[in-house]
Amino acid sequence: MDRLVLLVSTGVARGLVIALFALSLVIIWRAARIVNFGQAAMAVVAVYVAFAVHAATGSYVLAVLGALVTGALLGLAVERGLMRRVPGATPMPGMIVAIGLVMVLQSLLGVLFGPRHRPMSPVFSQSPLYVGDVPVLSRYDLFVLVVALVVVVGLGLLFNRSTLGLQLRAAAVAPEVSRLLGVRVPRMVTIGWMLSSAVAALAVLLLVPTELGLNAHSADVLFVHAFTVAVLGGLDSPAGALVGGLVVGVLISLVTGYASAGLAPLAVLGLLTTVLLVRPGGIFATKEARTA
Amino acid sequence: MSRSTTPPTAGSRPSAGSRPSPGATGRPPRLEVDALTVEFGGLTALDDVGLTVGDGEVVALIGPNGAGKTTVFNVVCGLVRPRSGSVRIDGRPAPATSRLADRGVSRTLQGLGLFGGMTAAENVLVPLTGRPRRSADGERAVVAVLQRLDLLDLADTAVDALPYPERKRVALARALVTDPRLLLLDEPAGGLGADDIAALADVVRGIAAAGTSVLLVEHHVDFVMAVADRVVVLDFGRVVACGTPDEVRSDAAVEAAYLGLEAAR
Repeated sequence: MDRLVLLVSTGVARGLVIALFALSLVIIWRAARIVNFGQAAMAVVAVYVAFAVHAATGSYVLAVLGALVTGALLGLAVERGLMRRVPGATPMPGMIVAIGLVMVLQSLLGVLFGPRHRPMSPVFSQSPLYVGDVPVLSRYDLFVLVVALVVVVGLGLLFNRSTLGLQLRAAAVAPEVSRLLGVRVPRMVTIGWMLSSAVAALAVLLLVPTELGLNAHSADVLFVHAFTVAVLGGLDSPAGALVGGLVVGVLISLVTGYASAGLAPLAVLGLLTTVLLVRPGGIFATKEARTA
Repeated sequence: MSRSTTPPTAGSRPSAGSRPSPGATGRPPRLEVDALTVEFGGLTALDDVGLTVGDGEVVALIGPNGAGKTTVFNVVCGLVRPRSGSVRIDGRPAPATSRLADRGVSRTLQGLGLFGGMTAAENVLVPLTGRPRRSADGERAVVAVLQRLDLLDLADTAVDALPYPERKRVALARALVTDPRLLLLDEPAGGLGADDIAALADVVRGIAAAGTSVLLVEHHVDFVMAVADRVVVLDFGRVVACGTPDEVRSDAAVEAAYLGLEAAR
């Protein structure tokens, strides 16, 4: 029982990181109708910058800011410099360019920093806290949880309570009509990319201390999980990303804890297959979300 | 239905400037479409079309399906590039699509184009978001226009859940909320019942009385006759007649092109 509590609570924290990254994929899908396969590589670049900031200043807060700002700027550069020049009638060319971007960025990181993992010590302890005698989350997990929730709530407020959010949603739902109504649709697409890349960078920054450390491929598995989650939830659905992230996080944690870490990817694959068999559009998808 | 053999009735073929709108005082008309020609592939969708809409005037653009009515709208809105001809709004060339709202132009769409997943009020707020921020004014404008179109009780309802006539009114409210100087209505009466059409006619007349110019595309002849100051008839992309509703009603070319068909249905 103690073990279950520990595994579930750790799974929730891991799941929220996955959810954050999945959310970043959802944001970009809604803004630009593209699955950004380059998201993980871009986020890793931003986290390298965060590492540099951390090494130079010793401040974790500045490192977080560095990741967010670099993420946003990368989003800006990729959208304005690459994606805008790709034909947008079908999603395929954009996706192929994104995959190319992954290769370029990962190779560059490999050339610059080599293959070794750079460890990052977490800002808070990773040993579990106890409620009574029952081990639950570590302080760091708790920190991840709080940050993820703050970001999710913040994004929710931004999209649902602000005029910028209204424009982002309008531009995502019906770009042509939005243009007629005076919404600057290209600007909204750019902002969507910037938001998305910043959130992804934050997710990877939160992830790295719980893994081996940082290298060019640090976020690859996270991307696969988050992509799974985004598809599970329906690429259009922020709520789906959140719930899906939690489910996958807890599933991985339970399978790893009770069976073996090697089975976790199979469990995720099994979940994905089952959901797609039952609800091909994703659990929370509105009907045309994945046909675009 | 003779497109090339029947010459247009005398005086019915307008050319720009030949038919000053009522009340014109030497200022350029609100909307001036001149010698517009549009081709899609080999098909001539619009052929030398000219029309004007003056201040506070309601002009109806009618004609059979495929006559090019919506294409005129699309050119005015910058969605379709003409092969030749010009569109001027208040004497200046028509702006890019996303600047239309800044120039006081609003448009409704045949398919409504409402934002799914948003409430009625959110839909109506969208056109105000791109403008310099004054959110309290925005809220007030939204409430006012919803009230005017009897939608206030439905403000927080998701548009997807509304019946068609209400959805249609939300689309109209979204076009009106910016207080446009030129309003383009694409089939505003389509799909509505008699009561809704009567209410719509009141709204359109009210808008025009307040000084807004209205250009509308409509199949519903009674509605057109009730609200339009002038009617422009398109057939096969050409203007075949233009005049007051009564003049157009008695025009032989129009009967052949449009009203005859309508009566024969």
